[in-house]
Amino acid sequence: MANKFELSDSSVVVVIGSGAGGGTLANELAQKGVNVVVLEAGGRHEIEDFVNDEWGSFSQISWLDKRTTSGSWRVAKDFAGLPAWIVKAVGGSTVHWAGASLRFQEHEFKTRTTYGELAGANLLDWPITLAEMEPYYDRAEDKMGVTGTHGIPRLPGNNNYKVLAAGAKKLGYTDFHTGNMAINSQPRDNRGSCQQIGFCFQGCKSGAKWSTLYTEIPKGEETGRLEVRSNAQVLQVQHDDKGLVNGVLYADKDGNQHVQKARVVCVAGNSIESPRLLLNSASSMFPDGLANSSGQVGKNYMRHMTGSVYAIFDKPVHMYRGTTMAGIVRDESKLDTKRGFVGGYEMETLSLGIPFMAAFLDPGGWGKSFASAMEGYDHMAGMWLVGEDMPQETNRITLHASEKDAYGLPVPNVHFDDHANDVAMREHAFGRGSALYDAIGAKRTIHTPPYPSTHNLGTNRMSAEARDGVVNKHGQTHDIKNLFVSDGSQFTTGGAENPTLTIVALAIRQAEFIADQMQKKEI
Amino acid sequence: MRPATSKRNFNRRRFLAGTSAIVAGSAMFATAGGILIGPNAAWAIAPQAITTAEAATLVEMTRALYPHEKLDDAIYAKVVASLDEKAVKDPALKALLQTGAADLKAGKWDDLDADAREAALKAIDTTPFFQTVRGECVTGIYNNPDVWKIYGYEGASAELGGYLHRGFDEITWPDQA
Ligand SMILES: Cc1cc2nc3c(=O)[nH]c(=O)nc-3n(C[C@H](O)[C@H](O)[C@H](O)COP(=O)(O)OP(=O)(O)OC[C@H]3O[C@@H](n4cnc5c(N)ncnc54)[C@H](O)[C@@H]3O)c2cc1C
Ligand code: SF4
Repeated sequence: MANKFELSDSSVVVVIGSGAGGGTLANELAQKGVNVVVLEAGGRHEIEDFVNDEWGSFSQISWLDKRTTSGSWRVAKDFAGLPAWIVKAVGGSTVHWAGASLRFQEHEFKTRTTYGELAGANLLDWPITLAEMEPYYDRAEDKMGVTGTHGIPRLPGNNNYKVLAAGAKKLGYTDFHTGNMAINSQPRDNRGSCQQIGFCFQGCKSGAKWSTLYTEIPKGEETGRLEVRSNAQVLQVQHDDKGLVNGVLYADKDGNQHVQKARVVCVAGNSIESPRLLLNSASSMFPDGLANSSGQVGKNYMRHMTGSVYAIFDKPVHMYRGTTMAGIVRDESKLDTKRGFVGGYEMETLSLGIPFMAAFLDPGGWGKSFASAMEGYDHMAGMWLVGEDMPQETNRITLHASEKDAYGLPVPNVHFDDHANDVAMREHAFGRGSALYDAIGAKRTIHTPPYPSTHNLGTNRMSAEARDGVVNKHGQTHDIKNLFVSDGSQFTTGGAENPTLTIVALAIRQAEFIADQMQKKEI
Repeated sequence: MRPATSKRNFNRRRFLAGTSAIVAGSAMFATAGGILIGPNAAWAIAPQAITTAEAATLVEMTRALYPHEKLDDAIYAKVVASLDEKAVKDPALKALLQTGAADLKAGKWDDLDADAREAALKAIDTTPFFQTVRGECVTGIYNNPDVWKIYGYEGASAELGGYLHRGFDEITWPDQA
């Protein structure tokens, strides 16, 4: 049974956010005997509440609080108030996510060493290696039931995958399959197998797709050591006169404010809200925000190099049937600087319904050409291109000078400019994506610019040295030993791979460290 | 559970008749009673903020923005009915729509063919009038299940058991391609 803890209980670990990072960390700690309070800004929408309706789901679970954008990225023009497409709900963006679960490659933990000095890029090696991460990747894959690992069969390929695979073969690619997906291909962990519903982004109504909402969180609650408070938005992390954090101020669903006392605080609000919260928690002792002695909080915002290619064929495809991300080509994810850029990218099938296709295919597009593309909808196949983008100090989350949210706190501004390497990679990826579909007779291919960011990373990055980043190799802030960062904002660099498996593996690892440090009375 | 947005766009009071299988083409006409009636009375709207003549121009404009031969004017008329409904409570929007429609008319809109209409719209594509109407179309046209059917999107599938037994992997042509 889920326990309830007193606001004054200063023995608990407070976790802010219940997504991939926070939800996993909370359960792992509870399993180890630690008392945990999760404060989640969004509501609790269970599987039966999900809707197979793109706009309906969007308004149900997306983070729609005011945000602003700046910089030369196209998202700032097309979706000025929506820099990121992420979730405000129990389960966080693992309600929305597609489920692609890939490990980083070895060199992606050592980009400064491997890629060298790159003008404008704030590259840095992670303070951990693939070898150190491997046991945690293993546990994360097992926890999430990732296909193609631990003897779990891969999913069957849908129509969209068949097109991708045929094109990949024609082009001479060799490393393609239906992916490593945190989607049950057979019943596992008390969840059924994929029904090929095709609304993975709207919340999986069969529960086949892993989400902390119906895995980690209820498992943690069953221990009696985890309480999840939904509609509880944290406004400030507070500290004592020794400079240790001791509680958080949050607003409940009626807007009433409370302070939850804490022994340890873990921030997992995703890479826009986490740095915003640290910045909004500035005090006379920490005038630049918490954990910000390096000045790196909010900087090095990454969102992956992305783009999509949609292709229209003579024959029908019906790409929307079945898993949204139904397969992957990995040949371009390897490091090969002969292509004119460092890093690599993945090609993953993607499908949108007609409602989202109209909004995203060519944002702002209209006229005969646009209309005829929409008319080809059921003859369309699609892929998403996702690759490593370069960390840049100037790509950052800042507090808006005048705009305030419902609680009177400055809203975040998201500034982003593509690095020349990102642009070169996107061009290459668009070219290869089109070539793949052309190889099997596409009538027309369309290059779709980036959607609002789904992968938000790097704004509280890990570093060996305190001056280079915000947290150490355990996600513990360099400045405050009982304050942790537990989400994708820890990423030192982004890798080519979708980030969630790494976020979950880091959370498992961090839980071990926190439990150990608590036991040793270090924190 | 059907789209919140399409419910919003589908105003039962002002959109008097539903779509039917009647071929688009013959002209819509305005009645003295303030009703804009589609060809063969397949649909009708009763705009409250703007005039029927203005509504007729806007229906043509939405079609010129997203020209789909297979879509009946009724689909476009719904978009205009939705704009009109908002304009009842929003005088600035009402003025925007009225001036915009008048400007189109002044540009000999009625005499332009499809290509010339696209060019005329291109010339104003940064104006708030254009952006407002275009923005309404994105959900107004494409979040409409009638449109999905025509262009082969099957919509919600969970209650039908997903596509596991309904063709998620039915195509075979890629293997021969
Ligand atoms: C459409 C879509 C598809 C995706 N597909 C994939 C995929 O296939 N593979 C992959 O690896 N990744 C995918 N992702 C990305 C993945 O969802 C994220 O990387 C991951 O969920 C991030 O985890 P997180 O813990 O950093 O944040 P989240 O999961 O976003 O969780 C953050 C939580 O914190 C809450 N919160 C924020 N601020 C506060 C506050 N002040 N107080 C209280 N609560 C707060 C939020 O409401 C949210 O619930 C996808 C994302 C989207 C949107
Ligand atoms: S396709 Fe599979 S994973 Fe996606 S929503 Fe449907 S059942 Fe869930």
